[in-house]
Amino acid sequence: MSSSNRTITVNFGPVHPAAHGVLRLILDLDGEVVERADPHIGLLHRGTEKLIEQKTYLQAIPYFDRLDYVSPMNQEHAFALAIEKLLEVDVPERGQYIRVLFAEIGRLLSHLLNVTTTAMDVGAMTPITWGFDEREKLLDFYEEVSGSRFHAAYFRAGGVHQDLPDGLLDKIYNFCQTFPKVMDDIENMLTENRIFKQRNVDIGKISKEDAADYGFSGFVLRACGLPWDLRKSQPYDIYDKLDFKIPIGVNGDCYDRYLCQMNEMRESNKIMLQCIEKMPKGEVINRDSKIAAPKRAEMKTSMEAIIHHFKFFSEGFQVPSGEIYTAVEAPKGEFGVYLISDGSSRPYRCKIRAPGFAHLQAFDLLSKGHLLADVPAILGSIAIVFGEVDR
Amino acid sequence: MPGILENILSTIEENCKINDGFIKFEQIQISINPDELISILEFLKDNDVCQFRQLTDIAGVDFPERQNRFDIVYHFLSFKNNARIRVKIEIRENEAIQSITQIFPAANWFEREAFDMYGIQFTDHPDLRRILTDYGFEGYPLRKDFPLTGNVEVRYDEMEKKVIYEPVKLQQDYRDFDIQSPWEGTKYTEKKDKE
Repeated sequence: MSSSNRTITVNFGPVHPAAHGVLRLILDLDGEVVERADPHIGLLHRGTEKLIEQKTYLQAIPYFDRLDYVSPMNQEHAFALAIEKLLEVDVPERGQYIRVLFAEIGRLLSHLLNVTTTAMDVGAMTPITWGFDEREKLLDFYEEVSGSRFHAAYFRAGGVHQDLPDGLLDKIYNFCQTFPKVMDDIENMLTENRIFKQRNVDIGKISKEDAADYGFSGFVLRACGLPWDLRKSQPYDIYDKLDFKIPIGVNGDCYDRYLCQMNEMRESNKIMLQCIEKMPKGEVINRDSKIAAPKRAEMKTSMEAIIHHFKFFSEGFQVPSGEIYTAVEAPKGEFGVYLISDGSSRPYRCKIRAPGFAHLQAFDLLSKGHLLADVPAILGSIAIVFGEVDR
Repeated sequence: MPGILENILSTIEENCKINDGFIKFEQIQISINPDELISILEFLKDNDVCQFRQLTDIAGVDFPERQNRFDIVYHFLSFKNNARIRVKIEIRENEAIQSITQIFPAANWFEREAFDMYGIQFTDHPDLRRILTDYGFEGYPLRKDFPLTGNVEVRYDEMEKKVIYEPVKLQQDYRDFDIQSPWEGTKYTEKKDKE
């Protein structure tokens, strides 16, 4: 029969609402079954790595907000850690607590958006309204510390830019008290929902071995049953002083990835509460005047401070030559920065390792043999954001 | 933890031909010759002591003044040892290097990216196409001699009713400040004064 051998090629995107951005997927279909998927990426390529080579270390930080724009501060975290290691400077403890607190807020931001929009892709309309309501509160916290809801540029080498405004910790504490209730609501709506399970269980399944081979990380890897989380295995900042669990999946399908994200959010909530409880007083950034701008009050009286201020914002600080790879557990997986310094105040090379890049690479493997209608479900379950994939 | 890293490094030094190997910032770094790439990576992946199971990243680096112009830098992760290793290879500008997609399937897109950004050729790669740049893009954008502004710009032409490509026209020259000595001004203003 010639008709059964005929494959149809379909263009999915580049402007498809379920692609969560600009993805052009070339799908070879046999009837409704996907035989081959070829993702064409790069439609959001902005040359971030090239731009960073032209900027000082301080000026490069805002580019990191624009990578995974769903959880901006987690990206800055990796870059700040890389610079700190090369400079061999310490971060005051309060600065570390603030960074972890906001990294976990970033995790909530990312998972809330991803879980609820994916639920919408498979037909559940309500959770997205609840999820975005919570996101709005979290973005208000972002705004209070940095003045900006998304492009924060808050994590700096040596700490964070400014101390928390008065009363913010109380607001975050109140949020943490009400947030589990919202999680319960979303879970009631989705976890045992028959339609949601039909669309997700056994879809986009991948084995532990394949996941490791294809460079998977983060909750996508953990959903396959591999207990690997950089916050536990290679702790940075104060993660080793906090008590939290890592949710692990069993089957490595879309449903397990959903469950991992949901449980991670509950753990993040616990981490945030611990940060609020344990947060010490003190400086938030290493006050070495070579790597942090002097305080405004100081500049009113000190000539030295004005010189430092000028040098800091024109020339920037010089980073000793060397190279370093640092990775953080970003919401979507291992986000790495490979930084080469030639001793000047600009990075010689800054390679960004985005988790979504590796996840999307295996899309052919994940979607082969599934129906066309499963493609958005799989795409949503691996949390693709094109800001970081295309860079 | 440091004990494990030193143990791994000495195992590699005993069994493989490497040019240089050291541990810095709790990461192992080795540099090797392009010919030995496949055999060493197979060793790193399968050896009981090493077990570098996952390819994390491949990065190209451009050093235009060097005879071996490009560095290719591989990062691997071992779940079992909780260790990272960086493998470096130097190659000349028109030299091709063996693809490692047979050993690490994840290398596929990372190698495509290095090809796209630096023009590094990988032999035996299943599908070496450009990945991040535009269809029909010319040049290798992350090379140091590629201009930051690029060479072409696009706009929608109302007369032709389609998107057209034109050479970049800038209202103002790109200003590359010599930020090491801000007092002396930029080079391009000096040049224009002399003219």
